[in-house]
Amino acid sequence: MNSSRPRPIGLIRATLTLLRKDLLIEWRTRARLNAIVFFAMATLLMFSFALGPDTRLLEKNAGGYFWLAVLFASVLSLGESFRVESENACMDGVRLAPADARAIYLSKALGNTLLLVALGTLLLPVMVALYGVRVATGFVDLGTVLLLGSLALSAPGTVYAAISSNARARDVLLPLLLFPLVIPALLSAAKATTLVLQGDPMNQLGSWLGLLLGFNLIYWGVGFMLFPRIIED
Amino acid sequence: MNEVIKKWGLPVAGLAILGIGWYLGLAWAPPDREMGDVQRIMYVHVPLQWMAMLAMFLNFVTAVSHLLKTKPGWKLDSMAESSAEVGLVLGTLGMVTGAIWGRPTWGVYWSWDPRLTSEAIMLVTYTGYLVLRRFVEDPDKRATWSAVVAILGAINLPIVWFSVRWWRSLHQVQSSPKTVDPQMVLPLRVSAIGLLLLTLVWLMHRYRIALAERHAEVALPEALPGSGAPNVHDTPKVA
Repeated sequence: MNSSRPRPIGLIRATLTLLRKDLLIEWRTRARLNAIVFFAMATLLMFSFALGPDTRLLEKNAGGYFWLAVLFASVLSLGESFRVESENACMDGVRLAPADARAIYLSKALGNTLLLVALGTLLLPVMVALYGVRVATGFVDLGTVLLLGSLALSAPGTVYAAISSNARARDVLLPLLLFPLVIPALLSAAKATTLVLQGDPMNQLGSWLGLLLGFNLIYWGVGFMLFPRIIED
Repeated sequence: MNEVIKKWGLPVAGLAILGIGWYLGLAWAPPDREMGDVQRIMYVHVPLQWMAMLAMFLNFVTAVSHLLKTKPGWKLDSMAESSAEVGLVLGTLGMVTGAIWGRPTWGVYWSWDPRLTSEAIMLVTYTGYLVLRRFVEDPDKRATWSAVVAILGAINLPIVWFSVRWWRSLHQVQSSPKTVDPQMVLPLRVSAIGLLLLTLVWLMHRYRIALAERHAEVALPEALPGSGAPNVHDTPKVA
């Protein structure tokens, strides 16, 4: 052990430390979670106004509306996730820590995932009430879809949030970059949710979850590899 | 004389070959048994899509090389920018010609077929890439960030290419010499070679402009009197 230099800490420990820091900051105000929950609820409400009070139509498309609400809310949440670091040049402080830069990616992406899972959990009862849906195949399936979908939005979303938080016109840039990229994830999450809500007689749920899993593997891997290049100076 | 050939040789050859290819396609090749003359748009549509894919692939290769490179310089970044732009224009033209063909053949300009959908996603992705480039002032950061975005976006390219094989739906599988009559293969090949030459000319031209722009951006402090700005990465070689 060289006592004159700071000892580098492992990737997992650094990730957990950064994640704890982010969650603590979030917990102390709860501003971001509150904001995105009410935004997503308003979005769900807007769908029923835009389409008219046709309960059958709303129930049939509930999975798609649910994920669109989560996607729109995730853009707000992702954009905020780097604001704490950009104030007072905190990103420089985090980067100077003797830890792997990829830990920043993992902690931010995991933090965003947790926030989206919390959002989805709070949003589900609202959707059940507004659209009159019932959960046909069980809450384990629903939880799996929610977790995989949130992971899938967060992996590329965190990379793009880091980029757009430093660019001009960041509010336009993030959705412009993110939306086309997450279409496969949005499609499979919406289809899987619809199957969970309406029953799955043809046993298709597995293949949609497989697509989500594949999407996650690719984008978490690529994001993990490329993220250090984004935040380097 | 040599200068003239150097400057105009490739574009003229490209235009001439493309002209021959289109003449063969429109006048010499037989009409399709089922689609009739409508099928002749293939000699325009298919080469456009091939060249678009080629340009996007070049964008991916230069983006990866930019992130891996050890020597500083703007060549790879300029090539990435120009290939994305050229690919986007070619892909859009390919999509428009496809829609023109789709109307008499499928009865609609647009269907939510996997090939069409994935192609549309690809075009929007590269539009986002080019928008990002306009919104970042620092050339170093722009080069790195857009390379990352290009790599993330390129994951869609194999999906576009293989979509017609993975999901057998409205769009037919890629035509190849095995599936098409020899009298149709020849004009297709000639048109593709002509368009390839024109694409190369266009890419090189756009690349020179992009490189000159990069050099102008980074050279600005040096032009100011008395500024001891750090040296530019590589000297401008553009006319």
